[in-house]
Amino acid sequence: MHIMEGYLPAAHALGWTIAAAPFVVAGTARIRAIIRERPEARLTLAASGAFAFVLSALKIPSVTGSCSHPTGTGLGAIVFGPSVMAVLGLIVLLFQALLLAHGGITTLGANTFSMAIVGPWVAFGIWKLAGKLGMPFAVAVFLAASLGDLATYVFTSLQLAFAYPDPVSGFFGAALKFGGIFAITQVPLSIAEGLLTVVVMEALSGKIRDEDRVSTLAGEGK
Amino acid sequence: MSKRSYWMLLAVALLVIVPLLKGGEFGGADGAAAALVEQTEGFATWFDPIWTPPSGEIESMFFSLQAALGALVVGYAIGRAHERSRSKDLKDGDTPPRA
Repeated sequence: MHIMEGYLPAAHALGWTIAAAPFVVAGTARIRAIIRERPEARLTLAASGAFAFVLSALKIPSVTGSCSHPTGTGLGAIVFGPSVMAVLGLIVLLFQALLLAHGGITTLGANTFSMAIVGPWVAFGIWKLAGKLGMPFAVAVFLAASLGDLATYVFTSLQLAFAYPDPVSGFFGAALKFGGIFAITQVPLSIAEGLLTVVVMEALSGKIRDEDRVSTLAGEGK
Repeated sequence: MSKRSYWMLLAVALLVIVPLLKGGEFGGADGAAAALVEQTEGFATWFDPIWTPPSGEIESMFFSLQAALGALVVGYAIGRAHERSRSKDLKDGDTPPRA
């Protein structure tokens, strides 16, 4: 999902940066509030960022014969709400842009928007919806994390199609082409991310009932 | 770890192994998308990375570092959770500590 340095036209690069900025500001305020009000949640917060750090470092082979990486942003979005991930995801992307030439500074806004904003919001939305539908913990976390991962890649495809519409088939044609590269490759990876998110949330919350896991991790437990 | 977790980890392993057995080039999807962008007429990058790892080895070092730092923190948090639920067990049931 990394759009490489200098690959987005300047206007798009600037536009996505402006669009992402308020989410990052709101996320910073949210993180400060969590640290102040629920000190026991600090470790989970660190683990949420660390989980994204690990998963986005792993380039995993896919059935399409190419490699891609999970995002790891669903966990924090489920526990703390999506806004904190805008900041934690930005940190991951900044590390990769500066030390790995993976992604970039000019594309940081666009990449933050897909990985640290769209993915977490989709994950959070699915998690809430699944809860309303009465789905069990493991199923709800799995769906939230995997669909959030997939949404990030679909959104990257849309961003690229928006910047580089196909001369013949336009935006939709380009979206299908980029989607063919990103989204199909991502399907098995997003399933892996969903499963890993359930495993890690279970391990992080210890031996307790499934219903209590998220509130315990969020530091709201009794 | 619950039985459920073991099965899920097995499934993750299979999701990685099956494509490997199936074979392929396994180039990066990011690079494939970039190649598609480069086909656009008149395309030129307008900004270069500030710093690029000088070799694949250095690049893989930073990727490993990223994964290792993350795993360290996640592992620490899991260990703390384990310790917490153990000390809670003790208080609740007054069971002697397991050796």
